[in-house]
Amino acid sequence: MSTLTASNTAAIERQPTNSHPVISFENVAVLYRVPRERVSGIKEYAVRWLQRRLSYEEFWALQDISFEVKRGEVFGVIGRNGAGKSTMLKVMARVLHPTRGRVVMRGKVAPLLELGAGFHPELTGRENIYLNSALLGFTRKQVDSMFSSILDFAEIGDFIDAPLRTYSTGMVARLGFSVASCIRPEILLVDEVLSVGDSQFQEKCLDRMNSYQKQGTTIVIVSHNMGTIQNFCSRALLLEHGRTVALGNVSEVIQHYTG
Amino acid sequence: MDANLQYSDEIYDSSRRPHPLIDEFLSLWKYRELVYQFTARTITARYKRSVIGVAWTMLNPLATMIILTLVFSQIFRFRVEYYPVYVLSGLMAWNFFSHTTSASMGEMIWSGGLLNRIYVPKSVFAVSAIGTGLVNLGLSFIPLVLIAVVIGVKITPAILVMPFSVILLSIFALGVGLFLATAAVFFADMIPVYEVLLTIWMYATPIIYPLEILPADLLWLFRLNPLLYLVQIFRDPLYLGVVPEWRVWAIAAGFSLTAFLIGGLIFTSKTNEYAYRI
Repeated sequence: MSTLTASNTAAIERQPTNSHPVISFENVAVLYRVPRERVSGIKEYAVRWLQRRLSYEEFWALQDISFEVKRGEVFGVIGRNGAGKSTMLKVMARVLHPTRGRVVMRGKVAPLLELGAGFHPELTGRENIYLNSALLGFTRKQVDSMFSSILDFAEIGDFIDAPLRTYSTGMVARLGFSVASCIRPEILLVDEVLSVGDSQFQEKCLDRMNSYQKQGTTIVIVSHNMGTIQNFCSRALLLEHGRTVALGNVSEVIQHYTG
Repeated sequence: MDANLQYSDEIYDSSRRPHPLIDEFLSLWKYRELVYQFTARTITARYKRSVIGVAWTMLNPLATMIILTLVFSQIFRFRVEYYPVYVLSGLMAWNFFSHTTSASMGEMIWSGGLLNRIYVPKSVFAVSAIGTGLVNLGLSFIPLVLIAVVIGVKITPAILVMPFSVILLSIFALGVGLFLATAAVFFADMIPVYEVLLTIWMYATPIIYPLEILPADLLWLFRLNPLLYLVQIFRDPLYLGVVPEWRVWAIAAGFSLTAFLIGGLIFTSKTNEYAYRI
């Protein structure tokens, strides 16, 4: 296993980036350890540790996942609730470190997972744009230069200087999408994001995603909606209990899921 | 859209990262704007809703100083020359340490929701706690110097070394804060435990009393306390108007760097686990 990894690593450095998969999962597994009883205190922890009674509920959210996604592909991930779809996106977004295996993401990742996760209700829209951009790793200079385009896209208007708690859910979602997608990323992670906002704004989001994809952005979409997956994706992966059940052509994978 | 707004070639490889401490440092540098945003947010949130705003930061130590001065000069009746400046300068250094370390721990726990949802370098919370502490320290420095001048303490060029004292104090507080943040993720009762510990620690440090009142045969025990030196290098330049001797600086720097290295290494060795635990 280790020799295999080493030779892969060497190959990566020799070849130009374009010929490589943008996303690669090699035998990825994610293990959640949930304490069987809640042991929160230091004393309790020490006592239990001494008695060797620290027991965990082990739960493999993902197991043995291997696949590759090429540049410009739109890749769908489908499966029932609890199949591991969101865990997979979290691994891609670097939120969760895989327990086993290897994940390689080539290029800047824009997670459209929890739009406005870092928004603060007391701060104004303007302040939140700066805060949220910083959370996504943008520098001050980048935010300054893209500020007006964020504003235009989000259609917030005069609310920009009002505290975020006065915004409607749709406005928050628009602002979140606008900030997270204002610079074309190499990889876009989308988690049921299109279910928020009105249909007109959804259209706008889709337009932007399409135009990014034409420019070479790779998109990963997680959805329950088979229509969405069928319309956008070229390939898909079906998860069941954290394992790959089907991988490949989108129609075949969907057939596997529904049939 | 601006062409130079394109991203640079970033590669994330879960199995090929530099040493966690270096990785964390590089990532933190990339997210430096976030440190600024968190610091600014904490400070504006604190002052936005209060009537006299920034003045609180200055009034709080003043009130404590007046109370302590009355208590110690009227009840305990030991004489320390310019006691208000002695106690206030000590308290400032102490408050900086206790607030920043508690905040490093608290922010880490309270922002669990964030760590579960998007990637950020985890040390950003501890570092912005230091940033907030520095702003508050700077603000309360103004009344301190005013009082010193009013009651007749002679200000000498020695106060120019105080920025170095603050740097060492910050490095020490960051190290302790990172260690506490790690501990708090694994043990939920770390926060109340640390509160008790802080109270003991404060009375074990010559802040409101002079070192001279301690029994001579126990002095060695008190000298094991890093904060004794860190408070001294902060207080002496203003209160005594002298730069402490190099040995004191060396001990203070030694404690700071050790705390920073230990705290940093422990904190970063667990970086991959926080999102699972919080």
